Formats: sequence, C-alpha cells, structure tokens
Amino acid sequence: MPQQDLELVAHLMRRAGFGATREDLEELATRDYEGLVEDLLYPERFPDLEEDVLHRYHIDINDQDGLRAQSRWIYRMINTQTPLKEKLTLFWHRVFATGAGKSMHYPSAVAQIETFRGNAFSGFREILLDLAKDPAMNFWLDNCENHKDEPNENWGRELLELFSMGVGNYTEQDIKAAARAFTGWTFSQPLPVYPFGNYNSTFVYREDDHDDSEKTFLGETGRLNGEDIIEIVVKQPATARYLSRHLYDFFVADEAQVPAWDETPPRDPDAIGELTKAYFDSGADVRSVLRVLFNSDFFKAARFNKVKSPIDFVVGTIKLAGTYRFPEPALRGLPATAGVMGQTLMQPPTVEGWHTGKEWIDAGTMNARVNFAVNQLGNASNPGVQSIVARLEAEGNSLAPEDFVRRCLDLTGPLNVGSDTHASLLESANAEGDLTFDPGEDRDGSVERIVSMVQQIVSSVDYQFE
Amino acid sequence: MPENGKPPVMVVVYLGGGNDFMNTIVPYGNDIYYDSRPLLSIPQKDVLPIDDELGFNPAAAPLKQLYDEGNVAIVQGIGYPDSSRSHFRSTDIWHTCEPKKIGTEGWLARVVRDLDPKKENVLTGVSFSRGLPRALAAPGVTVTSIGDLDNYGLMTGISDQARRIEALEKFEKMYGQAIGTGPVREYLAQTGLDVLKGADLLKKAPEMYTSEVEYASTGIAGSLRDVVRVHTADLGVRVFFTQHGGYDTHANEGPVHPMLINELSLAISDFFQDLRDHDAADNVVMMVFTEFGRRVRDNGSGTDHGAGGGAYLIGEKINGGLYAEYPSLEPSQQEFGDLRHTYDFRGLYSTLVDQWMGIDPVPVVDGMFEQIHPFTN
Repeated sequence: MPQQDLELVAHLMRRAGFGATREDLEELATRDYEGLVEDLLYPERFPDLEEDVLHRYHIDINDQDGLRAQSRWIYRMINTQTPLKEKLTLFWHRVFATGAGKSMHYPSAVAQIETFRGNAFSGFREILLDLAKDPAMNFWLDNCENHKDEPNENWGRELLELFSMGVGNYTEQDIKAAARAFTGWTFSQPLPVYPFGNYNSTFVYREDDHDDSEKTFLGETGRLNGEDIIEIVVKQPATARYLSRHLYDFFVADEAQVPAWDETPPRDPDAIGELTKAYFDSGADVRSVLRVLFNSDFFKAARFNKVKSPIDFVVGTIKLAGTYRFPEPALRGLPATAGVMGQTLMQPPTVEGWHTGKEWIDAGTMNARVNFAVNQLGNASNPGVQSIVARLEAEGNSLAPEDFVRRCLDLTGPLNVGSDTHASLLESANAEGDLTFDPGEDRDGSVERIVSMVQQIVSSVDYQFE
Repeated sequence: MPENGKPPVMVVVYLGGGNDFMNTIVPYGNDIYYDSRPLLSIPQKDVLPIDDELGFNPAAAPLKQLYDEGNVAIVQGIGYPDSSRSHFRSTDIWHTCEPKKIGTEGWLARVVRDLDPKKENVLTGVSFSRGLPRALAAPGVTVTSIGDLDNYGLMTGISDQARRIEALEKFEKMYGQAIGTGPVREYLAQTGLDVLKGADLLKKAPEMYTSEVEYASTGIAGSLRDVVRVHTADLGVRVFFTQHGGYDTHANEGPVHPMLINELSLAISDFFQDLRDHDAADNVVMMVFTEFGRRVRDNGSGTDHGAGGGAYLIGEKINGGLYAEYPSLEPSQQEFGDLRHTYDFRGLYSTLVDQWMGIDPVPVVDGMFEQIHPFTN
C-alpha cells in the first residue's frame, strides 16, 4: 500500500489511541480512512478487554489501592481493542482533573474513571450531569460543603471556569447562582479506611439542604437546580469553543497552557470554528465533533507537533516494543515510571490538571523518558524488536546504510525526523557499512546493530513528539 | 554565613506524613501530656532531658548527642494560620509558601533561581528522590533529580560499557546539532544536553568518595550519604533536598514512630560525622521539616493529623537550643484538639534564606516574616 496511507494511519492511531503494531498498521492502511474513524468512534463493534488474566496474575489488583488501580488502567491502554475509548477516558480525566490524594479513597477515584469511560462518546450534557453527581468530584471540589444556608462556590466556579466555558464568559454573580443551584448535591459517606477498608459512595440529593429560591444565571431566571445550570451552560457558544479548544489541544496540536486561554487566541481559529459548528449541529454530541475532527484536513496535517504526555510516551513505547501484552510483574512499576515523568494517573497536581506540551519536559523527565525508551527497545527478545529484525532480514542479504536508516525510521513509526537527527543516524550507519545477513556471518552482530540504531532513534528529540 | 569563603549550602530533609512532634520533643513535665496519651506517652524515666519540662524521645539519642554538642536548634510550634490537616494540601503549602491559594512555584526553586539566574550550573539544586518535589519545581528552573546516584545518567540500562559510551556519544552529537527547528524542539534538545552535562559532572562523585563512616542500610541513610558524596565532590551544589517517609502514624505508632526517628537520627549523626571527616561540615546547614504535627490525644493506636509541629536546624554554625515556643497543651489553648502553632514556617525559611544563604527572603516566601537567630557569629 502507498507509504502515505501508512503514515496517515499511523498518525491516526497515535492520536486516537496509543499507537499500533506494524502488522496492525499494514492491515488498517488497506481500509478507507473514514471507515477507520467510524470504527474508532463506535467501540461497541469490538470486544471489551478481558481483564481475567490481569486478576489471575495480580490477584491483589483491586480498587483499594492507587498503585493497583493505575496499573490496571495502563494495562487497559496497552491492550485495548477500543483505543479511542481509552484515550478519551484519559482526555476527560485531564479536563475534569480530580486528585485522589485529597480523599485517599480509590474506589471513588476508580468509579469516576469508569464513568468517564462509559460516557466517552456521550453528549456533553450527559457528561457534565454525571460529573456533577460524581462523589469523587463532589468531594474534590467541596460540594458536600455547599449548603443552603452556607454556600460553597468551589464546584460552581470550576464548573464554569475549567469544565465548560472558560474565564471571561460569566460573572461572579453567575458563579454564586450556580453554587446555590447545586446546594444539596452530595454523596453517601463511605466507611472510613481503618480498619475495614474502603467502601463505595453514591450520589445523594438532600432536598432539605437545597436552596430552591429564584436565581438568575447567564440571563435566565427561575428556581434553578443543578440540571438547569448544566442545560444553560451546554447551550452557550463559549462552551462549544472551550470544549473544542480542549479537543484540539489534546488530539491535534499543543495549545498555550489553559490559564492563558482567555488572553491567547487559538493557534488555528478556523479549526476551532469547524469543531464548534459540529458541536451545535449535533446538539453537543461529542462523537459528532470527533468525527469532524479526525476527518479534517487540519488533523491530517498535524503530524508530530505534540509533545507526548508521559502516558503517551510510556504506553506508545511499550506498544512499539511489544511488551506487556501479558500482565508481567513489572506492570506494577509502570505507574511510577509515568509519575517520575510528571504524570501520575488519578493524581493531577491541581484541578487545573497537568501542564502539557513542552512543559512535560525538564532535565529529570527527559532523563526518565530517554532511559525508558532505550531500555524497552534494547531487549532483542521483545516482540516488537524481533519484528523489526525479521522484516529487515526479509529485505535481503544486505542493506545499504541509507536504506537501513530509512527502514528503521519506517518501522519505528513511521517517524519523521529533522535533518540534524537524520544526519546523525546516517553517520552511525555509515560507520559500519552495509547491514548484512549472510548465512554463516555473525547474525548476532547484525541484530546488535539494529538494536543500537533503534535505540538511537527512540532516544532522539524527534521521538519525544507524536 | 560560613566564615572561610566557602559558599553556604543547605540540606532540606522532609519527613513525609506528619511527624509527631510531641513524641519527639516530649513535654514530660506536663501532666496533660500523660493524661492525653494513655497509650503512647513516653515514660518520664525514659526521656532524655533537655530541661525540667522537655526531653528527647530516647529513640532520638544520636540527635540528642548532636544537641548536647550545641548543634541543633529546635524550632518549636512551627506551622501557619488555619492549618490544613490534609497531607496533600499542607505539603503543598510548605513547598510553595501559599496557604491561601494554589502556588505555582516551589520556594527552593526560587532559591535556586536566585543563586544561579543564568543557569550556569545544572547542579545548583539537587534532589535525591524519584521525581521532582514541588518545593523544587518552577518554570524555567533546572533542578537535578536523582533516584540512584550510582546509576544516574542516560543510557544506564545499557550494561555493556563500550556500547553505553557509544550511545552517549551519539546522543550528544544528535542533540548538539539541533539547528533552528523551532523553539519547542530546541528547548527539548537543550534539555537533553543539560541532562548529559549534569550526569557527566555527577559521575565523579561516587568515584572520588571514600569514608570511614558505616551508614545503616536504610533509605534515609543512603540519601544523606549521597548528599555527602556529591557535596564533597565540589560540584557547586548549593541546595540539597531529600525525604524520609512513613510518619503518618494513625495506627501502630508505638513501634513505628521510635523506629523512624531512630533511623533518622542515626542517619543525621552519621551524615555530620562524615562531613566532619572530610572537613566539609562548616558550610552546611540542615533543615528538617514536616507538614504538620499530630493531635494531642492518641486514638488508641496512633495519632491523627494535627497542626503545630516542629522543625530542626542542624549544623556546626548553629547555636543550639530551643527556639520559638512550645505550644501550650492547655485545652483552652488548643486548636480543635491540636497544638496551636507559635511560629510561622515562612519565618524559618526566611531565616535560612536570608541569614545563611545571603539572599533576599521576601520574594522567596512571598512576604515578610519574623526571623529567629540560630546562627553563631
């Protein structure tokens, strides 16, 4: 199939998922692109991941403990057949950033992620309503302290500022009205941790604690309750723009940091316009907006202009190396690996979420990223490395240095690299001449050359981007 | 400031979880202590006395030894108004000096920035921890974070030495060639080169170090030994950070807390001995802090989160003794059953930053706070 189709599909799978094996890419590239997008948008067409194996080999994987919950989620991201659903779960977690460290109650943190997963493709109204009822979010933003006689504005404010409209599109009075509308929205107390372990929590509506008086919110007046606030919010152009910008930032190209959004225009206002239109045409249906996004020219052209998040980096590299297809013991170490790189699942630093793009990178995270990739691709018995070796061997008895470099870049991506990186790779290849697979020749030496070349590629600046 | 022209160095040790101050510096002269802690109080006969009122937990004997030598300033009742009992929030507050809103810059990162504004030394601030603590994080400030000093650096997973060296050379060349390919890409390339530079500098440290001190095989002892290894390698490190966890003793405090403070005390004692042996102690001050103290009453197995706690300044240039005020145990003086703080932690940071490091404390801690005077000369 044409190289450009392969490259486009690889780009789609990196963005709408966490990457794909070469075998999968070659199969997917024979299909029509729009059909692939539809498959991604309708995960119900594919079987859900069997987690039995995970539980059998990690018998203590449960929701009591953060490390295990994080390991389980990473396992899902690696092995899912519904990658966009998992990627969207991560997206909603990024936007509705809730930290489990405040409650130290992992069952509710995990339940929240399950809600995001279930709602991945729902309408934005439904997503926000389920968010407002979510116990973990409720506790995180103190809505349990939001009482009829003593309102607490935390949830009301962040709903507008961070989860729907963005700064500059509402007044302090609107925040107060929203807060009052959500009084009485609380959760059932789970039993405390000591000594019996964690129990689940559910949404509870306390009518007697609800301020039922008249309120004015964004120009509409009435005895507004929480659902009404959400109804009004979802209709706003500011909401459509804000959500679209988040989707663009996550799936298309790194925008400025969110706190700067009210002062900094989007890098591609036309693209945001297209997504906003899709939002209104579909009645705030997330699936419809994503359909427009993935089929757009601006998406197809947006190659390698996002800095990989730690989770993207870890999971994508694992998919390339072909490891963790089975829940190996070392699975437990992956959450901490992503944590050292700056992203601990279910523990964003604040409700504003993680700082993304180039802010993922500092000396410490760079060190961790490069070492992780070099180690994963450094083991010649890893399935992904074996696959690369087998394909190069199948090309023939000898490969000129230029072709060797070109093929390795192709098989580790396909990856685009800058001319500076390319020059370095070529220099390495030239130093040892043709890559040969002569019978009787030292095959191990050739395998070692391939591994070194792949390691050099995944330690490059370019590999930090997707 | 140190006398002989050596630049001042600070070593910050964070006790994670909320160390129980009352059981570390024990008010053994106060009946309320014994009434409130039927399970956990330290018997009078076991306490190592400082005076008629206060004494050290016997498990902290090595630290008491340093105290008797005049090198430990105990800063009592340290905390801040409206103390948060949440680990998450309180630790953040100690790391960013922002009790009322979410801080975006760590105070130690600000110190590093002030000491090295042109980023001439990537090792100005070094943390021995996995990942960078909030205290050392600020946009634009490079801090080196080391999980394992002996294996620090790039390509450490390549076991074959020759291959590893080759990989490093290729890396350096690749990253050094990042031409005008856009600000983000260049930033990443420069960061890669910084990592290489830092690692190159740091690998000298284990190579040069010898010592007679036999440290225990605990995490905190290993971390403090790493501080000595790097400090004595003269790499220009001015701010060190490390941590000791496990202090959140809601349950089982009886056996756990003494074990922790014993590990800590031994490690600190060995650390200073090692520095003295290397003639490298006179420009080092250590500050030990925690995110809050614990409640006055025990809960039958341990203690829950409190408010006012304690901090310690340790070093040759410290004028040892008791500073600030031990919080009152009188029920009327307590803050919802917790010790009320008597001294704002930002005052302690200001003390260290101003009097020891010689830089302006106000932008570091976001305000002016009363300082103590624990330094000799």
